[in-house]
Amino acid sequence: MTTAALSKPISKTKKHREPSKIGTTIGIVLILILWLVPTVGLLVTSFRPVALINTTGWWTALDVDNGPASAQHPDPNASYAEKLGTRFTIDNYVDALTGYRGTGTYRAACASGTKPLGMNCNISDLLNPRGMGRAFVNSIIVTIPSTILPILIALFAAYAFAWMDFKGRYAIFAVLVGLQVVPIQMTLVPVLRMFAGMGINGTFPAVWLFHTGFGLPYAIYMLRNSMSTLPKDLFESAYLDGANHWQVFNRIVLPLTTPAIASLAIFQFLWVWNDLLVSLVFLGGQRPVMTYQISNMVSSLGAGWHLLTAAAFLSMLLPMIVFFALQKYFVRGMMAGAVKG
Amino acid sequence: MAKAPIASVMKQKTQVPWLYLLPAIIVMTIFILYPMLNTVSLSFGNANGTASAATTCREGQPCWGVFENYRYALTNELNTATVETTWESFWVSSYGNMIKWLLVMVTGTVGIGLIFAVLVDRIKREALAKSIIFMPMAISFVGAGVIWKFVYNYGTSQVQTGILNAIITGLGFKPVSWLTQSPLNTFMLIVVGIWMWTGFCMTLLSSAIKSIPEEIIEASRIDGATNFEIFTKIQVPIIAPTIVVVITTMVINVLKLFDIVYVMTGGNYGTNVIATRMYTEMYTNAHYGRGTAIAVILVLFIIPFIVMNIRRFTKQEAMR
Repeated sequence: MTTAALSKPISKTKKHREPSKIGTTIGIVLILILWLVPTVGLLVTSFRPVALINTTGWWTALDVDNGPASAQHPDPNASYAEKLGTRFTIDNYVDALTGYRGTGTYRAACASGTKPLGMNCNISDLLNPRGMGRAFVNSIIVTIPSTILPILIALFAAYAFAWMDFKGRYAIFAVLVGLQVVPIQMTLVPVLRMFAGMGINGTFPAVWLFHTGFGLPYAIYMLRNSMSTLPKDLFESAYLDGANHWQVFNRIVLPLTTPAIASLAIFQFLWVWNDLLVSLVFLGGQRPVMTYQISNMVSSLGAGWHLLTAAAFLSMLLPMIVFFALQKYFVRGMMAGAVKG
Repeated sequence: MAKAPIASVMKQKTQVPWLYLLPAIIVMTIFILYPMLNTVSLSFGNANGTASAATTCREGQPCWGVFENYRYALTNELNTATVETTWESFWVSSYGNMIKWLLVMVTGTVGIGLIFAVLVDRIKREALAKSIIFMPMAISFVGAGVIWKFVYNYGTSQVQTGILNAIITGLGFKPVSWLTQSPLNTFMLIVVGIWMWTGFCMTLLSSAIKSIPEEIIEASRIDGATNFEIFTKIQVPIIAPTIVVVITTMVINVLKLFDIVYVMTGGNYGTNVIATRMYTEMYTNAHYGRGTAIAVILVLFIIPFIVMNIRRFTKQEAMR
């Protein structure tokens, strides 16, 4: 109570003595604009027709009369809203999802009756191996086990490190802390050779296994830190009541560690989802994930901005949703795991 | 090291902890420990690891025997004709680029992050402003690469569709091919890195700033300190330990950096960094010996930070 009463007048004086509040706000807004413009540019571009993307800047998107003659509204007297409607399109997304690489658009090509090469003009095109639709599915197949497996294994190990007594407990854990910082490059070649021997290069289990191994040090570290903050009395009374380690782990620790598991899961999910190097090395073009597909488009397509911007935005969709919906857990997981890989 | 005491009632049979640890230890041994040792031994071998690196030496060429791959990794990018060419080639080699990345990206992210953290503390809608800065952390380096490649887009025709060149030409200058001109291109890539990681630094620094007791700030304000003095003489010294942590984290991240360079320039035009060079040796040139030697060099740079990490951990444990 006293502190609350004290802090009120103080914070009032603070507001009074703040001289450059407007300057501060302007400075911050400028930084924010600088931070937002690149992403906004990408988003706007991804909804513009190819002809306009290549001839006019995205910041002129609301100017309905610029660009080449072919991109103009057929009726020069059409209203602004009508003209604007023809200047935005979802074709880029359709083309990116289906992997259409022709000169027109997927929808126009299918509507004309001649099926584009390798396309069926039905829902099955979403799984065309060149498209982002298929890559999205592959990314999901890669990410889910790569998130669940390491956390599952780490939960047991973390419990042992936090609440069991054994020889070498601290020494092993210290090694683990060090392992977190080991760069991924240090393990790629031997694991690649190992997988080649097992004949699983280019298959999903290869990536699952690699991410599980590489995700473990951080996962154990984070879960152990969270578990060891639980009150000791809780454990002592449970044991006095006759519970064993398994019951304590299962009924007390797991439920109480849920927030940490959530943070960790989000971190690992996004780490795997956004990863390029591991999927490049172990999956390559055989089962392309989204990041692989995009990096491939960058080098092979050159200036195919309509596809590239749409594809990039598709790959960001899920992370963005996770970020804005679960920001608290996300930031927490990100902060703790920043040195990984 | 202080041991967190475990209650005697919780004592278990000696094999029980190992049952809990076994899956993790097996997986980490197979996928981290064994590969690390294997990488070191491969780095002393030839292209496919079948013979010693010494066998790859050629008559009349410089050779470091079994360390031949290290000689290649350290000196191949250099033009040692004269001192001057050595110096010049060093600054566009992967090591020279690494130094540029370290200096500019670490100062950039920590500097902007710190300033933003201090400023944002004073405005309304703080949370919104912070999440905008943090947002790039959620997306992949690949996505960021595409975003920025578009910003840097260099049109050969009259129209510039990349916003940066549009601004430049709007001001009456000639458009610039940002990603192919060395050494400018490396700095343009670093901007992307700063854009992505400032949010991380800002968040850590901001929570440190918020933990400074309000009374200290108030007292100095009453003593007539300006905002700037409060920043340099009170806030920064108090959060110095956090700044150190943020800097070391960023250094580790920069050393391992791969995706931005790979996506945006593929390491061409003198933008190679250690990680992209390793990838080229390993996959494009299929030379395991050289690839792993570069990986070992990378890890040698990182070892001091591994040690620091462990030290920090043991210190934290001692304070529990």
